[in-house]
Amino acid sequence: MTAVVDLSATPRTAARRKLGKGRVAAWLVLIIAALYFLIPIAASVEFSLRGVHDTHDLSTWENLFGQPGFLDNLVTSLELAAGTVVITLVLMVPTTAWVHLRLPRLRRLIEAICVLPLVIPAVVLANGVLVAFRGGPSWITGTPVILALEYVVLALPFTYRTLDAGLSAIPLTTLVEAGRNLGASWLTVLLRVVVPNLRTAILNASILSAAMVLGEFTIANLLLMNTLPVWTVQAGQQDGEVATAASMLILIVTWALLLLMSVFGQRGARRTGRSS
Amino acid sequence: MAETKFRNRRQLDLLGLLPFLAYVVVFLGVPTVSVVVGAFQDDAGGWTLSNIGAAVGDPYLHAFVVSTEISALTAVIGAVVGLAIAFAVSASPPGGVLRQVVSTASGVLAYFAGVPLAFAFIAAIGSQGLVTKWLGALGLDITGFSLFGFAGITLVYLYFQIPLMVLVIFPALEGLRPQWQEAASNLGASRWQYWRLVGGPLLLPPFLGALMLLFANAFAAYATAAALTNGIIPLVPIQIAAVMSGNVAVGQENLGNALGLGMILIVGLALAGYAWMQRRTSRWLR
Repeated sequence: MTAVVDLSATPRTAARRKLGKGRVAAWLVLIIAALYFLIPIAASVEFSLRGVHDTHDLSTWENLFGQPGFLDNLVTSLELAAGTVVITLVLMVPTTAWVHLRLPRLRRLIEAICVLPLVIPAVVLANGVLVAFRGGPSWITGTPVILALEYVVLALPFTYRTLDAGLSAIPLTTLVEAGRNLGASWLTVLLRVVVPNLRTAILNASILSAAMVLGEFTIANLLLMNTLPVWTVQAGQQDGEVATAASMLILIVTWALLLLMSVFGQRGARRTGRSS
Repeated sequence: MAETKFRNRRQLDLLGLLPFLAYVVVFLGVPTVSVVVGAFQDDAGGWTLSNIGAAVGDPYLHAFVVSTEISALTAVIGAVVGLAIAFAVSASPPGGVLRQVVSTASGVLAYFAGVPLAFAFIAAIGSQGLVTKWLGALGLDITGFSLFGFAGITLVYLYFQIPLMVLVIFPALEGLRPQWQEAASNLGASRWQYWRLVGGPLLLPPFLGALMLLFANAFAAYATAAALTNGIIPLVPIQIAAVMSGNVAVGQENLGNALGLGMILIVGLALAGYAWMQRRTSRWLR
């Protein structure tokens, strides 16, 4: 629902700095919040490191990859993430670029369409998929293929906004006309002019969708597909430590991806800041 | 379908949207419409209002009430705490480490929902949890506190509601120009008068909007509650899942669709309110 926003970029507040009681209250709020947010993460780490008789060791983590089904579901989730990213980019990069070039008056409409998935809760979407595609071809509806196709829809609000912002920041019309005038085909222009100029936005859209897919439980579970989050919840009914380690793994990968995006975003911001 | 049929370029241009529109219609439109239509059909395909009747009837009405209560409670607490954090951060020097940490943490933590969140809280305050053990060693027994009940779900939901609030409200808070406060104090206003007459009224629409966004966010959430409680707590999404997996009386197969329609209406209304408040805010922000 949200992207990493850079709160440090706003320079207006120096005048509002409070003194005395206000500062103490502010720090109190931040310390309590930090405890609330850090303790469950610390507890997860501790829980996944528990050994027998109140000892701590790495046994849960060492055994994690040997757990029946773990590796298969990890691979399924990674494939889903890759598939979702590929479909998203193939569908959305040309579409958003086309809207910017030829149909700028429809931008608000396309944006509204892309935000629609937020209004349909994942549970309801899963229910709808089950009802609507009951008689569909089983290589789609009976396999994780249907998940990748629906995850593209779930990710639309983020991916559209990211690509739209990226396109707004480059002189798209000039670049495309230059390419066309030099005799390049539309495909060449798309792949060798638009895509390289959009690489930060494309990377961000990919990371946001991949992060969403790796943690998605609702639709996978309700459509009876096996993915890493579904496996984790099932494992949790027998062995809390294994489930906690698996969920830590999901978390670490997701956060690493998001942090990567935040780092790239700041580097990009600095670069544009210097050149302007 | 010869190309000469399209007399002007605009019609050709619209063709470029075809793949996108077809995709959205098939994978979002068709499932949504079948939920909405199915809500008004019986098992044989005839039109009926009995699903709607059942959805607002006894066991399911209760689910809507519980879902609304939890969403409203976590939205209000999340909004107030998130605002407090945003205020605390906005008092810190611009470009400082604190801002960097809170902004990155909020962006990342707002993603921390679903399965990992549920297990993190079980690891912290479940019956074998770290905090439970610490407090137990201090002679404080919290094993009576159930993570799987109303209070537990509220505590867990706040974990993604508060960061979302910080992300949404911070731009509005930063958009309040220091010049406005200086102007007010030059005209003899106290801090309290500034907040009552200038800052407060400006922050009210974004605050109310964020409240509705948080409400929708909690109302639509399924994964966290499902992983945490194994489907014990009677929230609307949990009931839909139960209907989908067949735990329902014969003749009520379309009940899930009616409950889904109810969710779409409530979430849609809340998000429409958010969008409307956002538009009002964007008039003075920047």
